[in-house]
Amino acid sequence: MKFDTPATTNPIDQLKVIGHATSRIDGPLKTTGRATYAYEWHDRPASPAYGYIVGAAIAKGRIASMDLSRARSAPGIIAIVTAENAGKLGKGNYNTAKLLGGPDIDHYHQAVAVVVAETFEQARAAAQLVKVDYAAAKGSFDLSAGRDGAAKPPGRGDDQPDTTVGDFPGAFASSPVQLDATYTTPDQAHAMMEPHASMAAWEGDKLTLWTSNQMIAWTTGDVAKTLGLPKENVRLISPFIGGGFGGKLFLRADAVLAALGARAANRPVKVAMQRPLMFNNTTHRPATIQRIRIGAGRDGKITAIGHESWSGNLPEGRPETAVQQTRLLYAGENRMTALRLAMLDLPEGNAMRAPGEAPGMMALEIAMDEMAERLGLDPIEFRARNDTQVDPEHPNRPFSQRQLVECMRIGAERFGWNKRNAEPGKQRDGRWLIGMGVAAAFRNNLLMKSGARVRLDRGGTVTVETDMTDIGTGSYTIIAQTAAEMMGVPLEKVVVRLGDSSFPVSAGSGGQFGANNSTSGVYAACVKLREAVAQKLGFNSAEIAFTDGQVTAGNRSVPLGQAASDGELAAEDSIEYGDLAKTHQQSTFGAHFVELGVDVATAEIRVRRMLAVCAAGRILNPTTARSQVIGAMTMGVGAALMEELAVDKRSGFFVNHDLAGYEVPVHADIPHQDTIFLDETDPMSSPMKAKGIGELGLCGVAAALANAVYNATGIRVREYPITLDKLLHRMPDA
Amino acid sequence: MKSFTYEKVSSPAAAASAVVSNSNAKFIAGGTNLLDLMKLEIETPSHLIDVNGLGFDKIEPTSDGGLRIGALVRNTALAADARIRRDYGLLSRALLAGASGQLRNKATTAGNLLQRTRCPYFYDTNQPCNKRNPGSGCAAIGGVTRQHAVIGASDACIATHPSDMAIAMRALDATVQTARPDGSIRDIPIADLHRLPGDTPHIETTLTSGELITSVTLPKPVGGTHIYRKVRDRASYAFALVSVGAIVQRDGTGRVAVGGIAHKPWRVEAAEAEMPHGAKAVAAHLLEGASPTKENAFKLSLVERTLGAVLTEAKG
Repeated sequence: MKFDTPATTNPIDQLKVIGHATSRIDGPLKTTGRATYAYEWHDRPASPAYGYIVGAAIAKGRIASMDLSRARSAPGIIAIVTAENAGKLGKGNYNTAKLLGGPDIDHYHQAVAVVVAETFEQARAAAQLVKVDYAAAKGSFDLSAGRDGAAKPPGRGDDQPDTTVGDFPGAFASSPVQLDATYTTPDQAHAMMEPHASMAAWEGDKLTLWTSNQMIAWTTGDVAKTLGLPKENVRLISPFIGGGFGGKLFLRADAVLAALGARAANRPVKVAMQRPLMFNNTTHRPATIQRIRIGAGRDGKITAIGHESWSGNLPEGRPETAVQQTRLLYAGENRMTALRLAMLDLPEGNAMRAPGEAPGMMALEIAMDEMAERLGLDPIEFRARNDTQVDPEHPNRPFSQRQLVECMRIGAERFGWNKRNAEPGKQRDGRWLIGMGVAAAFRNNLLMKSGARVRLDRGGTVTVETDMTDIGTGSYTIIAQTAAEMMGVPLEKVVVRLGDSSFPVSAGSGGQFGANNSTSGVYAACVKLREAVAQKLGFNSAEIAFTDGQVTAGNRSVPLGQAASDGELAAEDSIEYGDLAKTHQQSTFGAHFVELGVDVATAEIRVRRMLAVCAAGRILNPTTARSQVIGAMTMGVGAALMEELAVDKRSGFFVNHDLAGYEVPVHADIPHQDTIFLDETDPMSSPMKAKGIGELGLCGVAAALANAVYNATGIRVREYPITLDKLLHRMPDA
Repeated sequence: MKSFTYEKVSSPAAAASAVVSNSNAKFIAGGTNLLDLMKLEIETPSHLIDVNGLGFDKIEPTSDGGLRIGALVRNTALAADARIRRDYGLLSRALLAGASGQLRNKATTAGNLLQRTRCPYFYDTNQPCNKRNPGSGCAAIGGVTRQHAVIGASDACIATHPSDMAIAMRALDATVQTARPDGSIRDIPIADLHRLPGDTPHIETTLTSGELITSVTLPKPVGGTHIYRKVRDRASYAFALVSVGAIVQRDGTGRVAVGGIAHKPWRVEAAEAEMPHGAKAVAAHLLEGASPTKENAFKLSLVERTLGAVLTEAKG
């Protein structure tokens, strides 16, 4: 189905199932431990062996020699795979660094061997006996040192590193009110609960991988490319994923090493990446240095806005696109953005939840707060004065929907923003300095082709099959709701099967594009199935209703299952998009509000309450959407207050590489969270009229906290995370 | 993890004989720290002697009005004990500030005292560490040091002791009772149990080979207001950047021990004379000779400010 004109009324608009708060249909499987996560297929494959990964002990250099003799004679040992004996390996389209290193080492904890043994414990013990001598080379590990030498990265299509509109330097220089400030965000880890894990089994030259992956088609292709197999010989199965946040978008070492280990061992092998390896072996969100310049007239109208961002990556890596939102979020006739990329020998930087906007909004939305203060304006009023209903770089492109100001105003009222004292450091509650902060939320809505197959059996059960994934987001549930709505059956009559490369290719999970695109693909397949049903049952009226398990036209009503009485009916289709995303800018908007306390003696920051107001198209399921947003808000608290991969700039690795050292919020850090979804449908986005929501909930949260810390203390911290040591020396006497 | 043998002992004599016959043996009780370290092969005992059956799991009054806490009393039980909560509130509060409910259910009194540092370089076996591999050097010095010691450290090691409970024990003047393999027993004042790193950071306590902690005795209650204030980057389940354990009497005198800043619970009795004069005076004395890194120099003012807040709270 080609979607190239705005959506009109369609069966989804009935909203009998879609739009209703619905608990996860996969919830009971998860709460009873029966959900088959990658490492937990206990019945298959039969009698697997266990692989344990050896990570490189240096960040850059070469393996001088490897001594496997002691490991080879360890109890239970079956095989040891290294680059030397693995055979020729390709590199996938989505990997920057090789997934099995050696002899060259590209980053710390890059896998250099997988040790396969009868038991996990034996593999772990033998892995310690692998002796590797390295010849370390000097590397670059410090972004601030590499900033001056950073280069302009190549563009990709419409995605260019630099943009300019008007005369930014001139307009900025002549602005009566100016801000020129630099902000930094640190390297961050996805730190999801379930580590990267895979089980591999070969039948001849056919490989099955039970894995944990967000993008089945990308990764199937990269497995094939890496192992030199035809793509059709690779089967990926990933029905349940214990969190990903972008860390499982790509093929990673666990899957490659499970496959190589299984080939060498001549039996199935399972590999879970050890937690202490995850932080350096896998990808992370790269650190940024961001310079923001805003010039405005005394009327509070922005006349010049400039945003430059520096990040680092391995050779062939991409920059963190932290200026993305600044191209779209606020008006202003004179504009510039620029991305620069430094070569660093740290582990591979790549997508983490809301790449681009998440760190970009961390900086931009502090800058807006600072600018509002310089103008003597309330930060909400300042944003309202600079609202734009068109893409400010291309004014002929309107936003498909944009309710940023509405989100801010509604949020202000609900949160009690008028109780905020604009003068910082004036609100006190016992030992706590109290502050409120606000930030805009913004994240683009991405359209991706997505397919599905829908089958109907004689009992009237509808089965949906798509390689879409559910990374804890609720995909199973919203897909079931979509099929139920389209086919006129209750939710219980829908079976959803996901995450299998033998199913039609979907958009996958990433970039908050999963919900809208995957359900639209299911919509398309259901439209075809409805046609097939109508034909089968001999309906030729245009006005056919699919309701309550019946197909009805005029006076005639037939049970849906009857269409399959002499054999299952199946239909497959994809949603494909025309140029509505070119003619219209599709983005999601919101507002984040935070109240927090700062301990007057210790400068410890504790959040008191949070509110997110979101305008993100149709909300398919308020329950799962809310879970997405409050989870994202929690991640935003982490980004604001504690998350930082601490770089050892001498040896080039992230030092705090476990969950004790890399702190993320615990329950005690997260207070009352509230969410409001504006009633919105976006006919430009898809037949579902929905957009992404999961990443919108993150973008802007950290800045709202930073602004609240400023409001509480009068101390402006521009280097994340905002830990107490950055406040302490400027705190008032307790 | 290296393969090891395991035995469960049911008498101190059996424990002693087991430890004497295995030069590379370790006692295990809760195992909340030891097992993690064994998985990483930071600890590589060839033999584990499970002492959970020794019956050191009671909290009993002593003849001079104190309490004897069995070495195997779990942190949860100790924190919840009515006598501890009434007379040694500092200890209960310190315990509850540490770890998680699950860990406290397993962790024992003696094990808590003997837990090892959480220095990330100690945990990364690719890195040199004098504590893990004597003579190999210290990767933390010159590295990421925000959490590390600011006082009492050496050129060989800047690690901290991570225990909250030990800070309270130190302020309460606890005494550690031990049994040695030869059957002799001794009392070690808590102040003398933990060592500064010096040139031998791998030797963390004054316990001798095979010496087993059997109990920890608290002297008669000293009254006063008991406050344990743990400062950290998140609200729970994090090690202290700085913690202050204080007992403050009505006249402003008292005791203070500080965590998160040294290789052992940090208490300077002479500094306590300054308590009536306020936190600044105490901190100046307490932190005399401190040599922080650029990354952790904030801990000096944090100690002073936290202590100030504690003294204010005590006046409450």
